[in-house]
Amino acid sequence: MPPAFDGVQVGDELPAASYPITRLDLVRYAGASGDFNVIHWNQRIATSVGLPDVIAHGMLTMATAARLVTDWAGDPAAVVEYGVRFTKPVVVPDDDSGALLEVAGVVAAKDEQARTVRVDLTATSRGDKVLGRAQAVVRLP
Amino acid sequence: MGVNPGIAGRAYPPARVYEVGREKIAEFAAAIGSSDPAHLDPEAARSLGHADVIAPPTFAIIVAQRAEAAIVQDPEAGIDYSRVVHGEQRFTHRRPIVAGDRLVATPHVDTVRVAGGHGMVTTRVEIATQAGEPVATAVSTLVVRGGE
Repeated sequence: MPPAFDGVQVGDELPAASYPITRLDLVRYAGASGDFNVIHWNQRIATSVGLPDVIAHGMLTMATAARLVTDWAGDPAAVVEYGVRFTKPVVVPDDDSGALLEVAGVVAAKDEQARTVRVDLTATSRGDKVLGRAQAVVRLP
Repeated sequence: MGVNPGIAGRAYPPARVYEVGREKIAEFAAAIGSSDPAHLDPEAARSLGHADVIAPPTFAIIVAQRAEAAIVQDPEAGIDYSRVVHGEQRFTHRRPIVAGDRLVATPHVDTVRVAGGHGMVTTRVEIATQAGEPVATAVSTLVVRGGE
């Protein structure tokens, strides 16, 4: 059941989730989004510009973190506003397990007039906080 | 040569119309690992009150970046794309993007800051239907790293 506005309180935690991101996911996202920046698939070039390895598209990280919110809300259209800062890259090694993006969310504010809640998200990979000020405004029934 | 602060406040012509297809939405949803039926099944989307399958919240980046190319490729802007890092991203949705939408995306440069050799360009892309109904706004901050 999707959460109802009146039943949600500030401080409520969303069910946390971990999302694996592999090299295959980066290739698939590059194709679907049209973002073919080589640092997302070419280790030789990624390391030559000072990165530890191939890194995930910031937009893939942002999209994956949003799944925590849309899965909770029950309707992807519930997200009326969503913003993040890209603070650290998600490093994706060339192995079968890839990187793990760990996402948690908490209801940080309620707007009674608009019947929206603000969910503050935390997204980490290998202990690094990869998104900053990640906030989604969600309209609930 | 670095980013030209003179481009702040400038609006660029809209990109050609982006026609949203069901299969593109399904492809993008798969690429972000989402199997939400609202992206895949028109009946499931209709049961939530949508006219057809809806796009994930960050799908708007495809439409926005296509329009933003006008700014990045403007020789007067002085943006070296090989030095661009995505700093921040924000979306405001007036309604979800729905399959069948014909979207017009108009790019603007809101602010340009140059500090310590780096440039920070904040762009705003207004996304509306061809009929003029506002759909979404995408605001991006691009960090253009200075030369060594």
